[in-house]
Amino acid sequence: MGMTMTQKILAAHAGLPEVHAGDLIEAKLDVVLGNDVTTPVAIGVFEKAGFTEVFDNEKIVIALDHYTPCKDIKSAELCVIAREFAKKHNITHLYDVGTVGIEHALLPEQGLVGPGDCIIGADSHTCTYGALGAFSTGVGSTDMAAGMASGLNWFRVPPAIKVELTGKLQPFVSGKDVILHLIGLIGVDGALYQSLEFAGDGVGELSMDDRFTISNMAIEAGGKNGIFPVDDKTMEYIQGRFGREPAVYEADEDAEYERVVRIDLSMLEPTVSLPHLPSNTKTVGEAAGMPVQQVVIGSCTNGRMSDMRVAASILEGKKVADGVRCIVIPATQQIYLDCMKEGLLEIFVKAGCAVSAPTCGPCLGGHMGVMADGERAVATTNRNFVGRMGHTGSEVILASPAVAAASAIAGCVADPRKA
Amino acid sequence: MRGKVWKYGDHIDTDVIIPARYLNNPDPAALASHCMVDIDEGFAGKVQPGDIMVGGWNFGCGSSREHAPVAIQASGIACVIAASFARIFYRNSINIGFPILECPEASAAIRAGDIVSVDTKTGMITDETTGETFQAKPFPPFIEQIIEKGGLLAYLKEKE
Repeated sequence: MGMTMTQKILAAHAGLPEVHAGDLIEAKLDVVLGNDVTTPVAIGVFEKAGFTEVFDNEKIVIALDHYTPCKDIKSAELCVIAREFAKKHNITHLYDVGTVGIEHALLPEQGLVGPGDCIIGADSHTCTYGALGAFSTGVGSTDMAAGMASGLNWFRVPPAIKVELTGKLQPFVSGKDVILHLIGLIGVDGALYQSLEFAGDGVGELSMDDRFTISNMAIEAGGKNGIFPVDDKTMEYIQGRFGREPAVYEADEDAEYERVVRIDLSMLEPTVSLPHLPSNTKTVGEAAGMPVQQVVIGSCTNGRMSDMRVAASILEGKKVADGVRCIVIPATQQIYLDCMKEGLLEIFVKAGCAVSAPTCGPCLGGHMGVMADGERAVATTNRNFVGRMGHTGSEVILASPAVAAASAIAGCVADPRKA
Repeated sequence: MRGKVWKYGDHIDTDVIIPARYLNNPDPAALASHCMVDIDEGFAGKVQPGDIMVGGWNFGCGSSREHAPVAIQASGIACVIAASFARIFYRNSINIGFPILECPEASAAIRAGDIVSVDTKTGMITDETTGETFQAKPFPPFIEQIIEKGGLLAYLKEKE
């Protein structure tokens, strides 16, 4: 019996010739990641258990991105705990205000993750790095503590769903529409305990940013990870960034999949997820006209350069509608700088958008865009649960940057192809 | 363990178990005081030590925040029974030594307020109010060991 990409990476990191779905294994970790919410808890667990040394000070990444620049005293105290730990253990990859970006845009950009890696992060969207052909999954703080102490973690080898992509996306249809469509098809637990293995000719038509967005939301389908094959676009992306030797794995011809889901990219429409589950998907046409008071363009899902470009192309020379607050958050300092160089910041500001330093802020109702009772947002973020962006009576509609920008101008959910 | 049941539906996500606005203080007692607040304001004030939480499919979906099982555990809940668990919540519960049981039949049949007893070793669940019994899936031995030691770090430390 052959192995999937995920299974091959796990086998290699467990030092085993092969693994099978359901096996419990212990695997070596290439990167252990945490943020300002999860790292302080991990540090508490690490120290309480009596550990005094980290396994490798260069393989731990701490990104203070959720509540930063700190929103209140308690969140400032969490950052102090993380900073002091990083200093004490000489953690080389501490990203603080001024260098920090939203972690899942930052790590690939800085070349800290690459093909064939085995990565855990105490953040559910750590699955993002599957776009680079890595095994990467979200865990909790105790897992992070165990990873920091030992460089190892336990995994149940996941069975797989193959997502066979064909065709090419239409204009103003993006990776976000692909993943929302997929979650709508299989449900928020459609890939529970499983890996999503993307394959097919359509993969080559997707940009790296599209792939990051798709892998990012594997967790919203319940998946353990979402992984793409490594191709020329992957190698071009890591060129000059990734310092280690990439390990390229391919799924065996006879790899076992529990099911195959086929998506023709050319048939996809701009897609939105209505409250309060990411699987509650509609085409933008079906949702058009729903009034909104807030638009958020950013996050680990959609705060990358191509997201900024498509939003700017729609907002250029236009005005955000009266009664709408549009918040744009380039995901990293590099993206912020590139937006400045390309004149996108000027387009956003002239259109009436507020542009923020990198932060997860509004996505989780943390800060920088918390909503009141009865308010509704179109957001390029990843979750639309009850109370996610503020009051339990507020609503989030998930969408692509193109739909979000068009909606900001219209004051209601709008089709970017008509903007 | 034996206690009164707090019953919730499918896809109970980590944002309703403990909303992000309370994550700036990870103290377990503080987290417990806000547990479930967005869907059940009365829970935190009324839950008694030893009570049992029963959920539907995909319990604990969403964020990686370990604050979610910590909040439930610190509120006094002795164990969670659900039809299925989201994978990070499942890992986190095991890693902090908090008992969880996967049992679709029990999840469907047990009602709010029932008195339920649970043997986490055998996975036997008894609804004393109705007299029905259910058998949850047993944990693999490796995972049982982690729970027995009181969590992943205690397990690792002992192995060292």
